[in-house]
Amino acid sequence: MQDYANAALLLTNYLVVPGIAYGCQLALGALGVTLIFSVLRFSNFAHGELMSAGTMFAIFATWGFQAMGLSFGPVPTALVALPFAILASIAVVLLTDKAIYRFYRIKRSDPVILLIVSIGVMFVMAGLIRFLIGPDDRTFNDGARFILKAREVKDYLGLSEGVTIKTSQAITVLVASIAAGLLFWFLEKTKTGKMMRAFSDNEDLALLSGINPERIVKLAWVLAAVLATIAGTLYGLDKSYKPFVFQQLLLPIFAAAIVGGLGNPLGAVIGGFVIAFSEVALTYAYTKFLAYTLPPAWVPDGLVQFLPTDYKFAISFVILVLILLYRPTGILRGKTL
Amino acid sequence: MKKLLTYLAATTILSGPAMAEEVKLGVLLGFTGPLESVAGDMASGAELAMAEVNESGAFLGGSTVVSVRGDSTCIDAGAATAAAERLISSERVSAIVGATCSGASTAVLQNVAMPKGVVMISPSATSPALSSVEDNGLFFRTAPSDARQGQVIAEMMVERGVKSAALTYTNNDYGKGLSESIASNFEALGGEITINSAHEDGKGDYSAEVASLSAAGGDVLIVAGYLDQGGKGIIQSALDLDAFETFVLPDGMVGDSLLAAIGEGLNGSYGVLPGSEGDVAATFAAMVDKAGFKVGPYAGESYDAAALILLAMQAAGSSDGATFKDRIMDVANAPGEQIMPGDLARGLQILAEGGEIDYVGASGVELIGAGESAGNFREILVEDGAQTTVRFR
Repeated sequence: MQDYANAALLLTNYLVVPGIAYGCQLALGALGVTLIFSVLRFSNFAHGELMSAGTMFAIFATWGFQAMGLSFGPVPTALVALPFAILASIAVVLLTDKAIYRFYRIKRSDPVILLIVSIGVMFVMAGLIRFLIGPDDRTFNDGARFILKAREVKDYLGLSEGVTIKTSQAITVLVASIAAGLLFWFLEKTKTGKMMRAFSDNEDLALLSGINPERIVKLAWVLAAVLATIAGTLYGLDKSYKPFVFQQLLLPIFAAAIVGGLGNPLGAVIGGFVIAFSEVALTYAYTKFLAYTLPPAWVPDGLVQFLPTDYKFAISFVILVLILLYRPTGILRGKTL
Repeated sequence: MKKLLTYLAATTILSGPAMAEEVKLGVLLGFTGPLESVAGDMASGAELAMAEVNESGAFLGGSTVVSVRGDSTCIDAGAATAAAERLISSERVSAIVGATCSGASTAVLQNVAMPKGVVMISPSATSPALSSVEDNGLFFRTAPSDARQGQVIAEMMVERGVKSAALTYTNNDYGKGLSESIASNFEALGGEITINSAHEDGKGDYSAEVASLSAAGGDVLIVAGYLDQGGKGIIQSALDLDAFETFVLPDGMVGDSLLAAIGEGLNGSYGVLPGSEGDVAATFAAMVDKAGFKVGPYAGESYDAAALILLAMQAAGSSDGATFKDRIMDVANAPGEQIMPGDLARGLQILAEGGEIDYVGASGVELIGAGESAGNFREILVEDGAQTTVRFR
């Protein structure tokens, strides 16, 4: 019995807890990508850098608070700084839309052209971010680090395995659920949200029924900026902020959005968790788990790892290819690419 | 025409020792890249030796030495080769102190130094592959090979009663060479390496890597990485998940920034740093203090690299690479009078009079094999969030 308890704790510690936190971060990112895709009809490759920029603003605001001598006990300062960061990111997206995307939108350019434009925006933003904050690794989580510490859990339960839950992981799950909940409420229940969905379903019909397209587009950008800033800041709080990481994150985020069904917000959330758990579960080595659950004679010698951890990002690729081959609209019906 | 050339050549060779000249020394270090924080002090160390030689006035009949800096980066072999090309072809340096990293050193040696016959002494390239590389007798290093470091680490672990260990290394020449050396030495001493896996630098999250290291298990975790990069991420993640308690830290992982970032969790972990015992280190530290820079990692090795080149030139009576390359081993090793840091003037004097010297320098230089430092290491232990020196090996 004790062995099974150990096995369960082991998997919780290394698979479930990190998987849920990572899934929330991916889901928030994928929601932003999906929103822009359904309203503006292109894949926004600059979304990763938007997350990076949002996190950067959150770090600047955090430093500002810290310089003023403010601290908020166990709550990380960055969480309080989040609204300011969101305002700054909204300004950034509205400016880029006005200066760049609007030109192509009015010309009714092909989605492929907008996609290439967004890659250009991505590089410019990446450069600006490195100018502003530098390429270094930054840790800005100043709150309490742990809710549960593995060592204490072990001693308390008298078992040989423990579970660590970091404050940042709990905050991630909490904030992500609130943000996603508010988004769904907005899209389903409010008039503006319904207008947005109508615009996404059929642009021409929406125009005929008197929906102002510029307003909807602006709103989509604002929502994307809010989601990106929250996602980036949570990722940074949980791990650490490195400007280079966000281009790597772009792949799992897009994979999550497409797997769930592009343009479908609920799909983005599901996709986020599918990708996160596949990455974690397929690169985990199960020897210890099997040692707890199997009779000693059956326990294999090797690591029982499906893929080495170096191939973590390849997993998103493989899932993406499989989905595009067998179910191009995604798990929940979304748009095809 | 042929006669004229012979004549010219003859006069150049003859006038070499007799006439005072300006000898240029290339300082080709990684001023940008992953070791940029270290390169400044290394260059200052090399230039300190040159200043000392200039002050003595005893070098090659009153010749002076000038330093020419070049950026070898650390990871960009192309940039390192181009910088070396510039130093040799347009600046006409007689020898090179450098490069900083193993990959860059190999590229410079094979692409530029060997074809042009220029002597290189690297103060910090530690890859075991450089011990056996084809070098026409032109490449030396005042840093020990990681083969030696692996042996020291394995011995240290066995003495502490470690039976099994998980090992992770940064995915490059340095990490791979060092990890192989640690693994083979530890296994030869009866230990077990449960897993030997690479990690990439610059990732946001290392929990998956730590999960597989933890699944493999082991008494300790050896992290052959960089303290400002993936190595820090691995240790942080391992402590968060309570996967390992004790870490073994090779030279790339020992530094104040790691202690500052991790804090208490590192207590009880131990590691090694190149370093030598006794007065020479203190003497060198005082000299460095006076010159106004810090004794960073490999600053002493850089001082020694420059000093060895200049002393070998003095011994050969020429700044020509083909002539003095054979004298480097002579001045570095016994027999002869021991030359401490700050004693370069005396060394030059003895050599000018035809005597022999045994250069000790800032890092206790003893060149072995194909011309690399025998390797003195300082064993450190982290206690109460600070690193303390246990002993020298």
